[in-house]
Amino acid sequence: MAASPLKTALSQSAKPIHPVWVRLCHWLNALAAILMVLSGWRIYDASPVFKGFVIPPAITLGGWLGGALQWHFAAMWLLFFNGLIYLGLNLATGRLFRKFFPLSPRAVWRDLRLALIGKLHHDDLSHYNALQKIAYLTVIIDLVVLVLSGLAIWKSVQFPLLRELMGGYDNARIVHFCAMALLVGFFVVHVVMVALVPRSLLTMIRGR
Amino acid sequence: MPVKKRNSFLINPELDRAQILKDATRELALPTRRLFLKGAVTLGGLTMLTGCGLSDNQSVESFLMRVSRLNDRVQGWLFDPNRLAPTYSEAELTRPFPFNAFYGVEDVPEVDAASFVLKVGGLVTGKRSWTLPELYALPHAEQITRHICVEGWSAIGHWGGTPFREFLRQVGADTSAKYVGFKCADDYYESIDMPTALHAQTLLTFQYDGKTLPPEYGFPMKLRMPTKLGYKNPKHIMEIYVTNTFPGGYWSDQGYNWFGGS
Ligand code: HEM
Repeated sequence: MAASPLKTALSQSAKPIHPVWVRLCHWLNALAAILMVLSGWRIYDASPVFKGFVIPPAITLGGWLGGALQWHFAAMWLLFFNGLIYLGLNLATGRLFRKFFPLSPRAVWRDLRLALIGKLHHDDLSHYNALQKIAYLTVIIDLVVLVLSGLAIWKSVQFPLLRELMGGYDNARIVHFCAMALLVGFFVVHVVMVALVPRSLLTMIRGR
Repeated sequence: MPVKKRNSFLINPELDRAQILKDATRELALPTRRLFLKGAVTLGGLTMLTGCGLSDNQSVESFLMRVSRLNDRVQGWLFDPNRLAPTYSEAELTRPFPFNAFYGVEDVPEVDAASFVLKVGGLVTGKRSWTLPELYALPHAEQITRHICVEGWSAIGHWGGTPFREFLRQVGADTSAKYVGFKCADDYYESIDMPTALHAQTLLTFQYDGKTLPPEYGFPMKLRMPTKLGYKNPKHIMEIYVTNTFPGGYWSDQGYNWFGGS
């Protein structure tokens, strides 16, 4: 028996824009990333990579180096395993390719121009525009770089290949810092965009 | 005796008052600890996220401590006893090598070389006291390795001494025990896992840069482990013991991770 048009329409509308696992992973990742960044700032302050550039202790997490390290090395497990599940499910279901591709430099350029003149619309919340695609893919890769450079700093003796890939122990700290800065930059723009399209926040919470 | 409710947690007769006082004094003596609590409370964003106001700091702290102990086990498992830390050339040495301790350089302990005797205790069957000439006569090894501080900075130094596993063999240590502990002249204390104690680059160090270890780098001896962070490398060692009872360490008892491996 062929499915009735009504039935198809019902199941279409019942299907969330963001499946529940995407929503869960997204918010757990946001929590882990915020904890990692705030505690990371305190760790950075113990011995600044860039002389003279210190992050105000009041906006950091942990209170002292030991406390910050405890937060950092606890939140890393959430970031790591949650990230594995997100990437694993995205690859296994093919969602990664459906949602973020095709993606062409021309489309990014077009959407960037539209965004700058205030004409980029995000009416169909089930589709990401090219700017969103490139931003999300960038932050996903950035998080992978953060984890790998962090691992190179934490275990520079146990993972020689990773250490050399990062240009040695001291350089891995610079890579880690720059990847953090990119993440913070993404975060600011991301939250502003969500504020401009508040309906998208509902989709990331309720699915619709 | 009637007990005022407000203070009942302080004067509960079932609690060991002396112990509480001791703990409280120790905690308060550390300015960083007070900051830890303050910092956690002022963090408004986190308060919003967890919704519990972090008023029960105690449970957050003990949770983080438990994760830290879990991380000890993960690191023990990641530790490859055959993996060597990178070594460097004379030209790459950091000069001057930074002095670092939990006190200023003016408070470095002075240990008298002539009367010094290293005590060895716990699960060992051999010689339990060692003079400096006896220690200097042990097989000699040198290394130029990177010292990585928990704060993030690193420095390359040149150390000379005897491979620690050779020393453990000489004193008839039970190498199936879990820990090796250290007591130091500056009231520092530290302990390490046996696999690290037996690592080829773990060096009982008597020399820096070809000369007798100067006081600021840990005279009469320092345990140098390029596979561990700086604070795990005890200086001014007076006593070494082998044990199966977890001895903790000066910094790890305050919250630094105990394994502290790199
Ligand atoms: C550092 C923290 C954050 C990171 C790394 C991050 C990353 C991402 C990524 C990768 C996506 C795409 C997810 C997918 O479709 O698979 C996404 C979507 C989204 N994020 Fe975040 N996010 C963070 C924090 C936040 C915060 C704090 C908010 C809320 C203010 C937020 C709101 C959203 C919303 C509403 C969407 C869906 C946008 C849409 O449907 O157009 N994110 N985020």
